[in-house]
Amino acid sequence: MSTTLLVVQTLNGLQLGVLLFLIAAGLTLVFGVMDFINLAHGVQYMLGAYLAVAFYGVTGSFVAALVLALAAALAFGLLLEFAVFRQLYDRDHLDHVMATFGIILFLNHGVKMIWGAAPLSLPMPEALSGSVRLADGLIYPVWRLVIIASGLIVAALLYVLVAHTRIGMLVRAGATNAAMVSALGVNIRRLFMIVFGFGTMLAGFAGIMIAPILSVDPGMGDTVLILAFVVIVIGGIGSIRGAFLAALLIGLVDTLGRSFAVDILRPIMGPSPARTVGPAVASMLIYLLMAVVLYLRPTGLFPAKGR
Amino acid sequence: MALAEAFPAPPRASLRAQILPIGIFLALAILPLVAPATGVGYLVSLGARIMIFAIAAVALDLLLGYGGLISFGHAAFIGLGAYAVGILAAHGFTDMLIALPAALAISALYAFLTGIVCLRTKGVYFIMITLAFGQMVYFTASSLAPYGGDDGLTIAARSTLLGFPLLKNDRALYYVVLLCLLGSYLFCRALVASRFGRVLRGAKENAVRMETVGFDVYRFQLTGYVIAGALAGLSGFMLANATEFVSPAYMSWQRSGELIVMVLLGGLGTLNGAIIGTAAYLLTEEWLSGYTESWKVIFGPVLVLVVLFARGGLIGLASALTRRLGRG
Repeated sequence: MSTTLLVVQTLNGLQLGVLLFLIAAGLTLVFGVMDFINLAHGVQYMLGAYLAVAFYGVTGSFVAALVLALAAALAFGLLLEFAVFRQLYDRDHLDHVMATFGIILFLNHGVKMIWGAAPLSLPMPEALSGSVRLADGLIYPVWRLVIIASGLIVAALLYVLVAHTRIGMLVRAGATNAAMVSALGVNIRRLFMIVFGFGTMLAGFAGIMIAPILSVDPGMGDTVLILAFVVIVIGGIGSIRGAFLAALLIGLVDTLGRSFAVDILRPIMGPSPARTVGPAVASMLIYLLMAVVLYLRPTGLFPAKGR
Repeated sequence: MALAEAFPAPPRASLRAQILPIGIFLALAILPLVAPATGVGYLVSLGARIMIFAIAAVALDLLLGYGGLISFGHAAFIGLGAYAVGILAAHGFTDMLIALPAALAISALYAFLTGIVCLRTKGVYFIMITLAFGQMVYFTASSLAPYGGDDGLTIAARSTLLGFPLLKNDRALYYVVLLCLLGSYLFCRALVASRFGRVLRGAKENAVRMETVGFDVYRFQLTGYVIAGALAGLSGFMLANATEFVSPAYMSWQRSGELIVMVLLGGLGTLNGAIIGTAAYLLTEEWLSGYTESWKVIFGPVLVLVVLFARGGLIGLASALTRRLGRG
């Protein structure tokens, strides 16, 4: 357990946390403002990655692919909102679950039909594909630093948007009490649509940014979706600040747990059992964390819903 | 008292209301007898598969339809029941007098321990935390290297009863599963009609009111959660025996989602609907996957359409149709 490894894994944890924040930010607003359970948020992330690969194939430029894929992800999200989700806001949670589950099935297998089941890859921009020396014997890929930086920039922009603009004020008010906001004459449906479209685009952005590191495959949205749920539940539904802190926490705990669980357990239980138990404990860690948080605070760390 | 007035027991079994369940179980009972005539060889094993999942779906309907508790981790209990069989068999314990109680106990215990935490939360939080606990079991099973890890675990032989290979024959297995489904169904029906069931339904309508009347809603919900978990464990026990294989895939969150879809597809809060929905789901899967590998591209939009236009699922659709026909 050298310091270099610790620093590298901490950075990796930060990168995962930032990625989770990009996905969870939209999800927590959709949950908080519209009380809508959108299981299909993970496939939006996947779709962003696939669209970027497709547009890269056409244009040959990462930046062009990024912009076009973001626009396409936004358009697709708005189309979904218009065609399906809008009809379901007044229904109960079970209907949301079933409808969005149907959308997951459709999109997961739809991309498989179009692009095939084999993983695809998206080349990263040439200038950012190298590694940088952070300290002696500590080399880190530039692209991961780019992801961290872009996530932090988005977080800062979101903070300004939510805390200091009129639309952000409406979003916060909507998360606290949507009926009251509507009664005060705000077109809540339009607010919903903006929030939804924006959240979709953020998830797509996360998918595009991570695509050069991970392989782009049909199931990639599912794992991330569950992690994003854990994040927003720990952070408190509807709270951007909660989502940010919880995302970093989950990213760090998960990454560090996976890399060091065996090392930590070895002195306690001996090398052989540690090798068996370690990975199991590591993969359970964030769920245990969530259980503890919810046991102590059933509405998360920073609940937005006031009563 | 007020409770009995607010939630009267269903009127004593008018014969018409019984036609559907009697029809379902009669059809299931004669299926193996007519199966050879159809020439479809796998009909008996497909029927057993449907009934195995129907046991879990009926239990889930108890939570979803009557308790208003949207559990998104139900597949975990199936998996726990199945792994109890697999792990015991790997150590040479193949008798169902050991494996069955173990399967029920482990799933009930897990339901109890997680229920303590989950039921403190409400609404979306409840959905998410049940999902997370489901994932926890999934990842634990995936990293159980001594028992196959990701690849799963093959079971050498089906459970025996005091050394007698009761489940060896597919048709015998079918009838044992049928008995289990019938038992679970009747048990859940009795439960729903009982005082316990009325408290559960009352808490779904208005938990605060039930608390005020003097019921400890938390305890009732926890009991319901444990019962549903144990029944799903029974389903897992049967699934492991039917497939002679257990794998983490049994408890992926998509499985839990499918179980919810099965209940909703048939009709929420009817128990009959859970069985019909399971059959509809698995038969559609069987039918469509015969045409194309990516049958879910068709099935996904169908689910969306069912949500949008067929509220109350297949049972709701059928009763709406009969009403319209009755009006002439």
